[in-house]
Amino acid sequence: MDWFLQQLINGLALGAIYALIALGYTMVYGVLRFINFAHADVLMLGAFAAYYLAPHVEQLFGKSTVPTALTVMVLSAAICAVIGMTIEFLAYRPLRSRPRLAVLITAIGVSLFIEYTGQHEKVFGAATKPFPELLPEKEIIMGAMRCSSNDLVVLVLTAVLLVAMWFIVQRTKIGMAMRAVSFNEQAASLMGVNVNGIISFTFAIGSALAAIGGIFYSMRAPGIEPLMGVQPGLRAFIAAVLGGIGNLPGAALGGLVLGLIETFFGGMPGLSDYRDGIAFALLILILLFRPAGLLGKMQMEKV
Amino acid sequence: MNRRLFFSLLTAVPLALGLGGCQKTASDEIPVGEFASLTGKEATFGQSSHEGTVLAVEEINASGGVLGKKIRLITEDNSSKPGESANAVNKLIAKDNVVAVLGEVASSRSMEAAPICQSNKIPEISPSSTNPKVTETGDYIFRVCFIDPFQGTVMANFAMKTLKEHKVAIFTDVKSDYSKGLAKYFKEAFLKGGGQIVAELDYNGGDKDFKGQLTAIKAANPEGVFVPGYYTDAALICIQAREVGLTVPIYGGDGWESSKLTEIGKEAVEGTYFSTHYSPDAGGEKGKAFVAAYTKRFNHAPDAMAALGYDSAMILADAIKRAGSTDGPKIRDALAATKDFDAVTGKITINKQRDADKAAVILQVKDGKFKYIETIAP
Repeated sequence: MDWFLQQLINGLALGAIYALIALGYTMVYGVLRFINFAHADVLMLGAFAAYYLAPHVEQLFGKSTVPTALTVMVLSAAICAVIGMTIEFLAYRPLRSRPRLAVLITAIGVSLFIEYTGQHEKVFGAATKPFPELLPEKEIIMGAMRCSSNDLVVLVLTAVLLVAMWFIVQRTKIGMAMRAVSFNEQAASLMGVNVNGIISFTFAIGSALAAIGGIFYSMRAPGIEPLMGVQPGLRAFIAAVLGGIGNLPGAALGGLVLGLIETFFGGMPGLSDYRDGIAFALLILILLFRPAGLLGKMQMEKV
Repeated sequence: MNRRLFFSLLTAVPLALGLGGCQKTASDEIPVGEFASLTGKEATFGQSSHEGTVLAVEEINASGGVLGKKIRLITEDNSSKPGESANAVNKLIAKDNVVAVLGEVASSRSMEAAPICQSNKIPEISPSSTNPKVTETGDYIFRVCFIDPFQGTVMANFAMKTLKEHKVAIFTDVKSDYSKGLAKYFKEAFLKGGGQIVAELDYNGGDKDFKGQLTAIKAANPEGVFVPGYYTDAALICIQAREVGLTVPIYGGDGWESSKLTEIGKEAVEGTYFSTHYSPDAGGEKGKAFVAAYTKRFNHAPDAMAALGYDSAMILADAIKRAGSTDGPKIRDALAATKDFDAVTGKITINKQRDADKAAVILQVKDGKFKYIETIAP
């Protein structure tokens, strides 16, 4: 039983990070109907931004304190928001009226471009770098179970960000515009919605979430390198599809489910090297019976 | 520069170079070839190994050389690139008439040169290629280091005898042959010694989350965990192991030996152990003399690659001495007969497979540094 609860905690903490990253995929898909494959690399850039910012911010607020962590996160998120908007402006906007496939291939191109530029020795270099300790980490021990305070922070923050996203999309004017663009881009434009502005805003939010996801991911496994985004990016993408792409609570649910599957099967002797295989087989099964994903049908609202 | 001078230079320079290249080796010298990754991505390994070899040749020559002749080391750089080693070794054998070839660090590049040396009947000695396949090319290919599987056996003995463990877990990188090889031989030796493997779990090299597996390992209550992976994964595994409350000793192989292990792992890797080829603190008269001479010559302390580079040249000189000839087949026979050669990295006996039977050293991470613990004989 202890073993089960411990794996539950491990799985939820990992799943929360996937959920955070999946939110970005699903937001962009909701508005533009395409998968932004460079999202995983924005995550990596977020981790590197934090890596380079941390020593400077530490001088102001001290090493691994809450203000340091918050400042680093906000600054990295801002940097990645700008990067996300730039990627959209340079690579995706010129192709917006072209077939979806062209944008999709471009997204893969952008992703590879960022990864291999990052590996150049004059940029980040291919070697793994130690990620600084941003938050003071405490061990919380309940009986035979233990859980890192960081895991709880991730869970709470993911929940808060999810609610914030839902609020932005459903209850604000800009959210209404996003839904309008998602519903019909041309009609929205005729109604006076600034489509370019809305799409830029969507990319900014998605990329900021990726940066925060990247920082949490690096806090859990403090070794960062230019290809670090690939694995969590792929899983978060799957999580977004699993939950029903375009659906915000679905992305969060998908992330948690994937994190739990991975952790539980990873922890079974004899099955541990099949953990990704099992996760993806389950994904196929779920999609066979619910093609729109777990929450894809229940909520009609897209974004 | 006036035109005439320019043209005369233009013709004179290649002429001078050409003449130099055509010069026959003086009869009072023994030409020995070396190919190494002096530049490119494994340059740090190649440079270390090369410096060790250079020091050995200088020492041999200073004490009168072998068979009354001085050794002349001819070094070719392969830029750590595939294809270049074959070119380098062809040139060394065909043009420089070397009697033997020393190299390389990387197994793939040693294997590239091996068929060429084999077909020319020129012995090749690799200082530090640990892949078992390297010496399988033919009977002219040797090495002065142990091979991958041996470390698994060493760590099993260490866990049983030094750490007094009876129940251990193995956590293997299924993507890497190196890791699987170490795990296999560790398991065999540990079971043979009467121990028990309570959990065997796997990960994929490059994974970032190991908590699922580590929680399962913890649930099996092992007394130690063997993690035969590479340093980045090993550091992350140690961090997450401590987070799930797995506090037993964790140990691995020479894939752990990198400053990145402590940079990433910090306090989580403190107290962990790994096996490797050499430690400057392992002591022995020979080892101390080598560290002193090397530090004096190159102004920095030697690492394992340097020590193995040194040993490769020393063992060759010894074989030439015993062969009494610079004839390829005779040197080969003498090399194959090497027994208990007193090298910097320990006593070396060349076995039937032309690999070195020798001891491994165990290091422990202490205050962010690697501390020598003990030497384990084969």
